[in-house]
Formats: sequence, structure tokens, C-alpha cells
Amino acid sequence: MNVIVEREKGLLELEQRIAELKSQAAAQPVDMSAEIRALEAKYAQIQREVFGAMTPWQRVNMARHPKRPLGSDYIAALDQFDELHGDRHFRDDHAIVGGFAKLAGRRVVAIAQDKGRDTKEKVFRNFGMPGPEGYRKVIRLVKLADHLGLPVVTFVDTSGADPGIGSEERAQAEAIAQSLYELADVRVPVVATIIGEGGSGGALALALADRVLMLEHAVYSVASPEGAAAILWGDAARAEEAASRLRLTSDDLIRFGIVDDVIPEPLGGAHRDPSGIVTRVLGTVDGALDALARLPVDELRDRRYRKFRRIGAPPPR
Amino acid sequence: MAAEEAAQWTKCPKCGTMIYRPDLAANLWVCSSCGHHFRMHAFDRIATLVDADFTEIGGDLLPGDPLGWTDKVPYPQKLQRDREKSKLTEGVVCGFASIGGYPVALGVMDFNFRGGTMGTVVGERIAQLFEAARERRLPCVVFTASGGARMEEGMLALMQMAKTTLAVRRFHDAGGYYLSVLTDPTTGGVSASFAFQADVVLAEARAAIGFAGRRVIEQTIRQKLPDNFQTAEFLLEKGAIDMVVERKELKDRLVRLLDYGVGAPLAPPAPTSAETPA
Repeated sequence: MNVIVEREKGLLELEQRIAELKSQAAAQPVDMSAEIRALEAKYAQIQREVFGAMTPWQRVNMARHPKRPLGSDYIAALDQFDELHGDRHFRDDHAIVGGFAKLAGRRVVAIAQDKGRDTKEKVFRNFGMPGPEGYRKVIRLVKLADHLGLPVVTFVDTSGADPGIGSEERAQAEAIAQSLYELADVRVPVVATIIGEGGSGGALALALADRVLMLEHAVYSVASPEGAAAILWGDAARAEEAASRLRLTSDDLIRFGIVDDVIPEPLGGAHRDPSGIVTRVLGTVDGALDALARLPVDELRDRRYRKFRRIGAPPPR
Repeated sequence: MAAEEAAQWTKCPKCGTMIYRPDLAANLWVCSSCGHHFRMHAFDRIATLVDADFTEIGGDLLPGDPLGWTDKVPYPQKLQRDREKSKLTEGVVCGFASIGGYPVALGVMDFNFRGGTMGTVVGERIAQLFEAARERRLPCVVFTASGGARMEEGMLALMQMAKTTLAVRRFHDAGGYYLSVLTDPTTGGVSASFAFQADVVLAEARAAIGFAGRRVIEQTIRQKLPDNFQTAEFLLEKGAIDMVVERKELKDRLVRLLDYGVGAPLAPPAPTSAETPA
């Protein structure tokens, strides 16, 4: 069970109680404003306690909240979107949605990972875990963007690349390696936003970008906490402990220089104001594209090289 | 004396045959009974390949503890233990040498050091290798052996996939020729970055190669995988790699392949030595 959803239950009861009181107050001559104010104060206090300082594991659960805006929600909010399907080889991978789009009047290629909302959608989208076909679709779209001189905008949300037999048979590692290779020297600006869960190489394959943005309560990790716990201790159940050590929050990653900008979320998380958050993210992406558009191509690629080259490099002597 | 004598013997993990260590080394760490390829120490590997000298670069780069990681023991202690066990400073050895008369930039990973995992130092050494290869106009040969990204360095480790990719891409776009040899095991963040970005991808016979670990897949699909799944031979059949090579034939094969690169835009003068195989 999602620990954030659990903690929200108490708050939801309070919310309902406040709403009931308000409607009673409207219908009756009795002054209930003091009582309402007291409840609202209590609500705000609990909300601050619950969401003010979340542990890494709570952040992971926030990033996986069932109501959190998904990749498709960002795609749907673009001015225009023409989906382009398939990898031209095997099939259309539904964990990745991509195509031509317009963002604030600018022509772009938009690519999003999508986990699916309800059970049927989750199965259709393979829970947001792309197979090699998904990464080959990304490669194709990035090449197309490069060909037409369109900036690339990606929205990252995956627990990781699909770990199935078919994915291995069709060379998942090669597909991710080539996606990185394609993004490495593309002549157009690339802006990636970690909107939920950035899990391992399967996330990075869409995030070798000139600007890497991250929602405040998104997480971005070398492996999913479950995966890391399994690798380290042979026990996926120790995910919470792994989460506490992996430094996967936006605070950590801005400090390491891995993320360029953190987009704040409302208290209680992005799902408290989905359309507001989607608008804010798209606005931030647009601003990043404005800045990158001014750079000559060689400068853009040089900066991209240096940006990743310095991560984990020894300090200059 | 008995203990020293016993230490000279090892058991083949595949067929159980007892093998005299000097014989094993003489046989390139291949079991003479069943042909099992033992995982090789990086410097042993280098010694079996290079003509004469090997000049190491990046050997003075040592890992820090960027996350302040502790589980059973602090990360710096794990590193110290692996340094003693493996006689290596990190999971990859990089440098310059010549193979069959062909000068190369050579990188060799070693599973004995934290499972060959890629942290900041492995990523940095690989990136420096490709940058140096570009400057010196050398082809690049990299032997991979890795469990993937190193958990104890978190996202800084994952970012080495991006860093190494950028270095490979720059080298390649300048006209460089790159051969990778995937050895047992090559998985995760290394297979999903520089291992599969080479012009020619070779694999050692029976090496385990894949993205997700075998255990992870078995747990996900809740069924046992066939024995040949994720082996070099399986990948060859699926079209994912160029060739599978037995260790004994590896050096000759590399020399032949290096020869095809002498006309590359980024290439050294053709070799003058007469060591080119018939």
C-alpha cells in the first residue's frame, strides 16, 4: 500500500468534516465559523506534519501516488500533438508515447513514459516499463527531431526498463545504449523532466539532456529502491532502507549537479493541483528551450559534453 | 608446505576437475577438461594480449565516498577490502599498448573489484581512455565485465553511463574505431552504455550478457529461465552481437579486426612489425 495514500486518509476525513460544517453553516443561522477555523487550522497543521518533511521512502511513494499526473497528462496539455507510433521493426511500445507537438507555439518532438492510470491502462502501458521497441522508438523520434531541427522534450516516469524474456531477446541493453548514443550528439536542444519515478538506465535513456528538470517530489535513482535492495542485500523487501541511502530526492540531486532545476509542488503533492502542475512544468520547459535556442549548435553540444563530463570527475588540481 | 601445495590447486566451477594453477594460467585460464572460461584478472588479461609494454593511464584516480554510504560496513571499507583482494585500485584498468603490432587504447574491466561495477572512477577512466584515444588517433579496445552501475555511488554512478557515452560518441564521430569484447558477466549500466556502442561487438564464449540480471527476471516472471538464456551464444543467435570467440582464438581475432581499421579517419600509421598473423 502506498504510504502517502495511507497518510492522506486522516486528512481526507478532516476535509470532509470541514466541507460538511461549511454546508451546515450556510444552511443555519448559527455561527460556526470559529469551529470551522479551528478545524482548518488543525488540517493545515497535519498537512505540514505529513508533507512538510518527507522521508526518502515517502518521496518514493509520492512519486508513485496513484493520482499523480502521468506522462500522458503532460502530452495532453500541449497545444497540439500528433502521435507517431512504432519502432519500424517489431511493434509499437505503449510505455512510451511520442510525436510531433506544439508547446507555447513552438514546434517540438515530445516523448513521454506513461505508467497508465487504471488496471487496464497499466497493462496496456506495461506499467511504464519500456522494452527495446520503446527505446528504438525514442531513437527514431530523436533522429527525426534532429533532421527537422526540432527541440526534443521528454517526460520521464518509469520504475525501470522492462525486465522480461522478450526484452532481453531483442537486446534491451543495446537499445538503451543506442538511445543514449543518439541523444549524446543531437544538434537540437533536449529538455528532460523527471515527473515521477526516474528508475535507472531505463529513465536515463530519455534524460541525457541539455537541461534536466525535476518535480520536487519526483525521485531519480541508480536503481528502483526494490531493485537496489535486491542487488545489495538479496532482499527487495528492504526497499525503504535502500531509499534512505540512495540519495534519490530532488534536494540531493540538485546538490550533486545532476538536476538543473527543481519545480516546486503544492503542499501535499502534484496531484493536489494536477492542471496547475502540468502548466507550471510546461512553462518551465518552455523557458529552458528559450535559453537553449540562443546557443549555436556547437556550443550547445560542447556544453552538453561538459555538463555530464564533470559529474563524478576528480576536482581539478 | 601442504597448505602452500594445496593453494596451487583450484577446482573448475563447471566440471569440478582439480586444476594445477600454473597449468590454468598457461592455458589462458581455460579449463582443459571442459573448456570453461575462468574470469580473468585485468592484468592477466592484458599480459595475454599485449606485445610488450602497457602504459597505464588514470590509475591514480581513486574513488571517494560521495553518498557517505554505510550498510553492513562503510563503503570505504568495502573498497579497501576489494583493493587488497584484487590487487587493483578500481574496476577497470586503462592504458596504451600494442596488440600484434597494432597500437591501441586498451581498457580491461575486472569483476574482482566490486563486481566490476561502474562508479565515478570507472566512468572517468573509460571517458579519459576514449578522449586519449581520440587525441592519439588510436583504435579503442575495451573488455567489459560488470554487474552494472555501482549502488554505493547512487546517481553519480548512473550518470557515468551518460559520461562514457558522450566520450565514445565524440571518439567515434571523429572517425575512431572501437571494438568491445564482452566477457563474463556484462550486464546493467555497462551493457546498456559503452559495451554495446562499439563498431564491432565480440563476446567470449559462454559469457553471461544482458541488461536485467537473471534473478530479477526470474522473480518478475516467476518461472525458471532456460540455461542458455543471456549467454554469448544466445545473443549471437538473436543477432545482438557480431561474434562469439573462444579465449584461445581471441588475440588473433582481435589483430585481424584491428587490421580492418587501418584506413579509418582516426587511425595510426599501419604497423611496421612483422607480427601480423598469417
